[in-house]
Amino acid sequence: MYAFDYHKPSSVQEAASLLASKEDATVVAGGQTLIPTLKHRLAQPTDLVDLSGVAELKGVKMDGDTLVIGAMTTHADVAADATVRSAIPALADLADGIGDAQVRNCGTIGGSVSNNDPAADYPAALLALGATVVTTNRSISADDFFTGMFDTALEPGEIVTEIRFPKPARAAYAKFPNPASRYAIVGVMVAESSGQIRVAVTGAGQDGVFRATEIEQALAGTFSADAAKAVKVSPDTMSADIHASADYRAHLVSVMASRAVAACS
Amino acid sequence: MSDDGIGASITRKEDRRFLVGRGTYTDDINRPHQTYAAFVRSPHAHAGIRGIDTSAAENAPGVLAVLTGKELADDGIGDLICGWLIHSRDGEPMKVGEYAVLAKDTVRFVGHHVAVVVAETLAEARDAAELVEVDYDVRPACVATATATADGQPQVHPEAPNNRAFDWELGDKAATDAAFENAHHVTKIDIVNNRLIPNAMEPRAAIGEYDFGTEDYTLYTTSQNPHVARLVLTAFVGIGAEHNMRVIAPDVGGGFGSKINIYPEETVCLWASKRVSRPVKWTGDRSESFMADTHGRDHVTTAELALDADGKMLGLRVHTYANIGAHLALFASVTPTYLHGTLFSGQYVLPAIYVNLEAVYTHTAPVDAYRGAGRPETSYIVERIAEAAARELGMDPAEFRRRNFIQPDQFPYQTPVALTYDSGDYPTILDRALALSDYASFPQRRAESEAKGKLRGIGLSCYIEACGIAPSAVIGSLGAGVGLWESAKIRFNATGNVLVYTGAHSHGQGHETTFAQVISSHLGIPVDHVEIVHGDTEKTPMGMGTYGSRSLAVGGSAIVKAAEKIVAKGTKIAAHLLEASEADIEFKDGAFTVAGTDRSKTIQEVAFAAYVPHNYPEDLEPGLEESAFYDPGNFTYPAGTHICEVEIDPETGVVEIVNFTAVDDFGTVINPMIVEGQVHGGIAQGVGQAMMENCVYDDDGALITGSYMDYCMPRAQDFPGFKVATTETPCPHNPLGVKGCGEAGAIAAPPAVMNAITDAIGTDMQMPATPLRVWQALQAKAPAMAAE
Repeated sequence: MYAFDYHKPSSVQEAASLLASKEDATVVAGGQTLIPTLKHRLAQPTDLVDLSGVAELKGVKMDGDTLVIGAMTTHADVAADATVRSAIPALADLADGIGDAQVRNCGTIGGSVSNNDPAADYPAALLALGATVVTTNRSISADDFFTGMFDTALEPGEIVTEIRFPKPARAAYAKFPNPASRYAIVGVMVAESSGQIRVAVTGAGQDGVFRATEIEQALAGTFSADAAKAVKVSPDTMSADIHASADYRAHLVSVMASRAVAACS
Repeated sequence: MSDDGIGASITRKEDRRFLVGRGTYTDDINRPHQTYAAFVRSPHAHAGIRGIDTSAAENAPGVLAVLTGKELADDGIGDLICGWLIHSRDGEPMKVGEYAVLAKDTVRFVGHHVAVVVAETLAEARDAAELVEVDYDVRPACVATATATADGQPQVHPEAPNNRAFDWELGDKAATDAAFENAHHVTKIDIVNNRLIPNAMEPRAAIGEYDFGTEDYTLYTTSQNPHVARLVLTAFVGIGAEHNMRVIAPDVGGGFGSKINIYPEETVCLWASKRVSRPVKWTGDRSESFMADTHGRDHVTTAELALDADGKMLGLRVHTYANIGAHLALFASVTPTYLHGTLFSGQYVLPAIYVNLEAVYTHTAPVDAYRGAGRPETSYIVERIAEAAARELGMDPAEFRRRNFIQPDQFPYQTPVALTYDSGDYPTILDRALALSDYASFPQRRAESEAKGKLRGIGLSCYIEACGIAPSAVIGSLGAGVGLWESAKIRFNATGNVLVYTGAHSHGQGHETTFAQVISSHLGIPVDHVEIVHGDTEKTPMGMGTYGSRSLAVGGSAIVKAAEKIVAKGTKIAAHLLEASEADIEFKDGAFTVAGTDRSKTIQEVAFAAYVPHNYPEDLEPGLEESAFYDPGNFTYPAGTHICEVEIDPETGVVEIVNFTAVDDFGTVINPMIVEGQVHGGIAQGVGQAMMENCVYDDDGALITGSYMDYCMPRAQDFPGFKVATTETPCPHNPLGVKGCGEAGAIAAPPAVMNAITDAIGTDMQMPATPLRVWQALQAKAPAMAAE
């Protein structure tokens, strides 16, 4: 890795002002993507602003019927948290299936969401659950937040502080992991909130996480695993690599959606 | 017999230091005034080098030297070598292309070593390495194995037209063709033996240290064969001489064949240490391992089996393209020839065999031995075609094999492909495996799976391997550049404990325990009083190292020979002490006894007398230390039956191994626990090849699977508990009766797994059977079925 200056602020405000004042500063949350990138010399920030000392960014709470998770809460903490488990068990299950134990102990929800890796699990949860991303500047709905592969609505210097999830009537996540990396080849979150069904897919799309509207429509008619499975998803917008062809991914979107529906019931 | 000797499942002596974090690996060693090397590697699979501008790097902070092929040539450093000369079927010697330590005017694979920067710190070396400017003339690359010899393909070496290193044959072509003419049925299959990246847990590393006071070199390195490294580096590459080169291979975290070869990195560290007059350290990172360690397998084969009306095998005809990558590495020529072609008789009476193998250069990393080295490729062909033939004939695959087995009363058995099998009992192994796997009730389990919407399959693999390489005279006649004996030295200390020096090298096999158990049984010294010393050319006698499941069969036999010399000398000393005739002395359980009396001396007392020879035979040298060299009379022939049972989710193509049974005949077993561990690890590696691992280059020769993001390794959760058992037909020609167990699982598992998967899906497919490929095979089959 190249040399950089390291900062460990203790407040969000301090972090934001560091980001604003340095030439090419980068936030590091859990570091699960950034640190390997630095080690491979694929990034050369002048400054690293480490959020791990910002206590106000950690933790889980209920705000009425909304589950609020601090940006620096690790996947392991989300998976083990009784409040998450009670409000949205699908979210705890999803967190429990990210990477491996080491990744879950370091990686954070804010880091994952800000990075918007097209094969990360959390973006599917935010999109299907209709979550809101709260930043140092504003609140952004998940529908507006994820703008493409590794791309979000975040402005330079803007830091995600928390994610707000309205409690759904029911939800489940089904993931088909990449055999090598354990990222999602296809991950489908199915959720029903206020009578509306949302189906979000990660891992499969060329532009990152997306809503599978044909499956949503089919499930609005009959909420059953067979209804989801009967939908033929087009491979045209699916990504392809040595682990999964576009055809295979399209097929797996229906299969994983049907399994998520089955797990909802 | 001592309770920690041969046959006891004692825990491993070496594990304490590993478990408490006190192992000493090469990277744990740091030398005074040490410097660090970083390599500049080619990003292109094939390019000419127009020029290298090192000026910016030389002026970077901390840089001591920036060295290229030019400086190597200035210092008269030679190329790296392949240690086995193979002749093509037209009698021509194999075509050996340049294997330069640092590229001369051409790079031939992504990761090829172009230059090295030596600096005060690793970070400074890496920073400066980025400043080395190489002017590449990028050229098209030859990558694919099966088409490498086609006209018009980019040429890897001018010495090898059409990229053909050699075109080798074994067996009787005319007799085999005749067998096919008389066949009732011919089964034909196409096979791809997928390319693998070894992935030892510890990446390769080296520290080269030239002492300008003594003018001696020391190399600390991750080697399976430190004496061979010393020989190659001095006698062939031209760094120092054997007597002033010390090679130390300390704790080594796995090799699997990838640490046999003598590579550019350790060569450069040694050479550069003289240039900068300071020790030079290099520790490979995982990316470098993926790119530039020797890879394994990579064969493309067509095989045909001729059968009579009763399902008896008449003849086998095999053609293979074997990819050897950009350079012929140390064992690269013997792996696909004499370690491969000689095993095509399998466990069967197969009267006529003809093998033709074309070894091809490509613009990819060198390919060399990888756990099993040539023999997994053979077993995969024989056992896949046997299973296919049984299915085509409508015979039970177990019954088909039983009908063709070499019978126990046929040993020694001369195969049509050079080897003489010494011992074995294949029907007993098969019966045991069928019983353990509950083979008879498989149809019921298949029906249960079908009721759940799952596909279930079962597959057998009755493998044989040739281990304990090897009789030196035999391999010499086949082109080997060295002998393959092994050495041992046993040194009693005055206090009665023992040091054993072996030329074998342990990098996970557990020699420190197994060899001590041999001493316990043969000399009556408890295992805790025995220390096994290995991996240092200045301590141990010359030895050939560890690979090919040879260490116990050859190195262990050398220990027995040395122990016999200890007993012979001890008998003289004991006879003197006991005032008896030598002929009356018996040695048993660590004591020399006058036959028929209770008068005896322990071996510890005898050792003390040898070092404090106050009361001692007049004409006998003091001391109790003996050496032996052992050159085996034949290979050993471990064999076994592995049975794999899978359940497949047809919706996703995910394969679950639900049962795995392994029954192996390793001859005498010294430590059953260690053997079982070796079998487990081998099966895991074999399953990795069958279902997960695959090295992929794109058409330009870029390595797609350059990290664990894309190269899939097996994980614990991928396996059920294995059912493992052994049968024993002792090897008749070595003193321990042992055959070797290190590679068996990796040889046996791939065909068992693929036979099970193809049984489940009802159609053929190639390794690795990833979910994508299984799903694709089912999709391809579905329209065909609909059309029927």
